[in-house]
Amino acid sequence: MQITVKTFAQTRELSKTPSLHLEIEEGETVANVTSRLKNMDSNWALALEGSVLTARNQQLCDSKTVLGANDELAYFPPVTGG
Amino acid sequence: MFSFIQEHDFNQAELYTKLQQDAQHRAPGNTGAIVTFTGLVRDFNMAGDIDGITLEHYPEMTKKALDLLVEKAVTRFSLTSAAAVHRVGRIYNNEQIVWVGCAGAHRQEAFDGACFLMDMLKQSVPLWKKEFKGNTSKWVEAKRSDDAAALKWMTKP
Repeated sequence: MQITVKTFAQTRELSKTPSLHLEIEEGETVANVTSRLKNMDSNWALALEGSVLTARNQQLCDSKTVLGANDELAYFPPVTGG
Repeated sequence: MFSFIQEHDFNQAELYTKLQQDAQHRAPGNTGAIVTFTGLVRDFNMAGDIDGITLEHYPEMTKKALDLLVEKAVTRFSLTSAAAVHRVGRIYNNEQIVWVGCAGAHRQEAFDGACFLMDMLKQSVPLWKKEFKGNTSKWVEAKRSDDAAALKWMTKP
């Protein structure tokens, strides 16, 4: 099944990938996907290092969250609005 | 209750009137206090002068997160209405960037609601500031003091 990965702010600049589609297996977690992305290339490894937040379908989630078909998984740094 | 994410500037008087009308509609005659807060762009940072900021956001999530916060404020502090407006895009020094308003029966819940909205907004709404000066720019890092302010509301009964 397929998910969409999105990145924002520093995470987008460092990964050099604002958005991509990714094939995942049934039952894969955010942690699995993060690990796969980090192994894709050095840009992703740098982008996902340190304090990076994740959101599944526009809601903040943690690394244990299980992903489903057509989910949108976003990676971004701690927010600085206000 | 309402929230807006927008590039253009906002008019405080219009937002105040909209909030007051919404509070009157939701709980007729029950609003005794309205507290509003407006945040502006300062013309300096830790490293020196800046020309302004650019605000990036996650469009599909920002409005949802802001709506949820407004709803939580109304429920938690028994407000008659609440609202939040945040600008995105390029904003120059001294311009308005954020506005929150809370209407309640008494001043304490209105003040608490406004503080809650601002503290939580700085932690849970996907917005990122990048300061610029001339052709150079730098992302603003999240502050530990903002985390502590939000944590205060999460640990309060």
